[in-house]
Amino acid sequence: MNKILLIIQREYVSRVKKKSFLLATLLTPLIFPALMGGLIYFAVQEQKSADQKIIEVIDENQLFQFEDSETYRYVDTGLGLEEAKSSMKERNVYGLLYIPKVDITNPQGITFYSAASSSMSFISSLESGLKRKIEDIRLEQSGIDLEALKSVKTAVSIKSISLTEEGVEKASSGMVNYGIGFVSGILIYIFILIYGNQVMQGVIEEKTSRIVEIIVSSVKPFQLMLGKITGVGAVGLTQFLIWVILINTLSIVILGYFGLDGSSAEMMSGQAGASSEAVQALQNSDMGATLEAFFNVNWLQIALLFIFYFLGGFLLYGAFFAAIGSAVDSPSDAQQFMFPVTIPLLVGYFGLFSFVLNDPDSTISFWLSIIPLTSPIVMMGRVGFGVPFWELALSMGLLIAGFLATTWLAGRIYRVGILMHGTKVNYAVLWKWFKVKV
Amino acid sequence: MNILNIQQVSKRYGDHQALSEVSLSVGSNQIFGLLGPNGAGKTTLIRIINQIINPDSGLIEINGEKLQPKHIELIGYLPEERGLYKKMKVLDQLLYLAQLKGLKSSDAKAKIKYWLERFDIVSWKDKKVEDLSKGMAQKIQFVATVMHDPKLIILDEPFSGFDPVNANIIKEEIFRLRDQGATIIFSTHRMESVEQLCDSIAMINKSKVILNGTVKEIRNSYKANLYEVKHKGNLSTLSSDFSIVEAGDGLSEELLTSLIKVPEGTSPNTLLQALLPLVEVHAFEEKIPSVNDIFIAKVQEVAP
Repeated sequence: MNKILLIIQREYVSRVKKKSFLLATLLTPLIFPALMGGLIYFAVQEQKSADQKIIEVIDENQLFQFEDSETYRYVDTGLGLEEAKSSMKERNVYGLLYIPKVDITNPQGITFYSAASSSMSFISSLESGLKRKIEDIRLEQSGIDLEALKSVKTAVSIKSISLTEEGVEKASSGMVNYGIGFVSGILIYIFILIYGNQVMQGVIEEKTSRIVEIIVSSVKPFQLMLGKITGVGAVGLTQFLIWVILINTLSIVILGYFGLDGSSAEMMSGQAGASSEAVQALQNSDMGATLEAFFNVNWLQIALLFIFYFLGGFLLYGAFFAAIGSAVDSPSDAQQFMFPVTIPLLVGYFGLFSFVLNDPDSTISFWLSIIPLTSPIVMMGRVGFGVPFWELALSMGLLIAGFLATTWLAGRIYRVGILMHGTKVNYAVLWKWFKVKV
Repeated sequence: MNILNIQQVSKRYGDHQALSEVSLSVGSNQIFGLLGPNGAGKTTLIRIINQIINPDSGLIEINGEKLQPKHIELIGYLPEERGLYKKMKVLDQLLYLAQLKGLKSSDAKAKIKYWLERFDIVSWKDKKVEDLSKGMAQKIQFVATVMHDPKLIILDEPFSGFDPVNANIIKEEIFRLRDQGATIIFSTHRMESVEQLCDSIAMINKSKVILNGTVKEIRNSYKANLYEVKHKGNLSTLSSDFSIVEAGDGLSEELLTSLIKVPEGTSPNTLLQALLPLVEVHAFEEKIPSVNDIFIAKVQEVAP
């Protein structure tokens, strides 16, 4: 046992002391916000600086009028279609919208000509604009007053309240829960891949430098494997905790800079007795509801579950990565075995986005969050929305059983693999190693 | 007392029988040579003694006790294929390996200091292994093998990769460790170094022990009553009681060397008496086969 601690310590210290670890740990929390900020800044600049694009309209019905926007200006050419088409280039216009004489109940043959192929979003905005126009005209034709119609339109936003078992009402927001699942899922997926790879590299390094035979003359191969996986996992957890602390500190600093601090945010949750009118107003708005939901999330529970699924998932896959590392002589040989290991990870990843976040209680979401190979990524997508206790317990229990199983399985391959050099390894060989008595 | 007793140990890998009913014992305080061609099963046996793998059957005893995890601390092992963590500093590396062998950190530091000073390599302690030359790394590797004062030191092909100067330093260390009470098992397929180093040997071929004993006993048991004679004059008229295995060839006034076989039960004095009237004898010596000769003869004998 003491020796496992020694191994964990070496794996941990040797990685944490690396410059690359320090850089990644300190820079990542800065790079992401900087990158996002940069992108938004450039997008805004782009929109501001871009010239208005001119779009010529030929409307043979003389029915439609288009309102100019910041980016597009609509001009009636007064030319015929063929003429306008041939001289489009010289007049330096972005495009030409041709509306032939149409039956208003079944508009056909509307065409947009442009020099460059135009974006999907622009075409669809044109389509929806035309659709609205035609609808308005048809409403008018059937004798409905447009002004009256406008006056009955209402904006509705639903505030969703989830009832907890204790009967406490809590504001929850799909967006916040979505965000929790989204971020946790991606983080766990990335961590498993990056740190799983580190386990594999570490095993390959020990195998190719031939130190492994000296080590296993002092400790059991299983201890060495477990120590390595645990040590690398601890490095991942350390990195993650530093990120959380750095990001929190940064946000507090930034929020403080903009005059929003934790206490006013607290008041927004409504528990401190909403006093000021501004806060009241905020609370009624969409933004306020989201913020309220944000502060109502049981962050401690989320954090503990995150750490559990993070470690459980890492241990489960880390064992596979260790076994792969032990079987090959170089990282390039590892490719063939990486494939079947990354498949369930990808299934979890895409399952999270295609099914779980949209419908957390569907059957497929349930199974993906129970099966240990996908549950580390998927379950975090469900917990925000509330998961029955027995499902959570089942999922966690199976994950523990799962990583015990994969560790045992991988250990059997590992103990043989690390002492084999220059063998051509395929699945049949792995199976032989698994069965062999050592 | 024997430090190591191996009884009827067998190990099988699939279709390949690596060891079959190997029995041998290694007495304390000696240098023991484990000989055999490549693939004979030496490394398998060594790995079993190191508890890296388990035998399918058989018994191994260390100091009269059944082999168990606590014996790891008694053994120092230098594998044939060896290496160190390339990115780790020499001192950190030795400290880690010593602690894995069960040494306390403070004890380990003292031992490491002793060995680094002994080899005059203290200045390397903060260097990474990847910055050392191959010979330097080999020295560190040797220190890693012996720094915890093992009672049983197992060296698998220890001189491969060493330059002659370093090989000699290591050889001297092996003698010194033996004189201080350690037992050294020394595995090799190169025979030259065996006679000068080993007190006892065992030979393994095709998974079986084919020879086991002290070097002296074995060589004596394989002597074929051959005598080497340096002489001046012609031997052709020698009594047919003796067969001339190899006749010296040359002019009669030159010093010739011949190899003569004396029949079983006849004293060499009889040969000498037969020689004296014929030739002028300059030297007369019994020819005892070298371990290498015996090894080759034994391996060929077993081969089909």
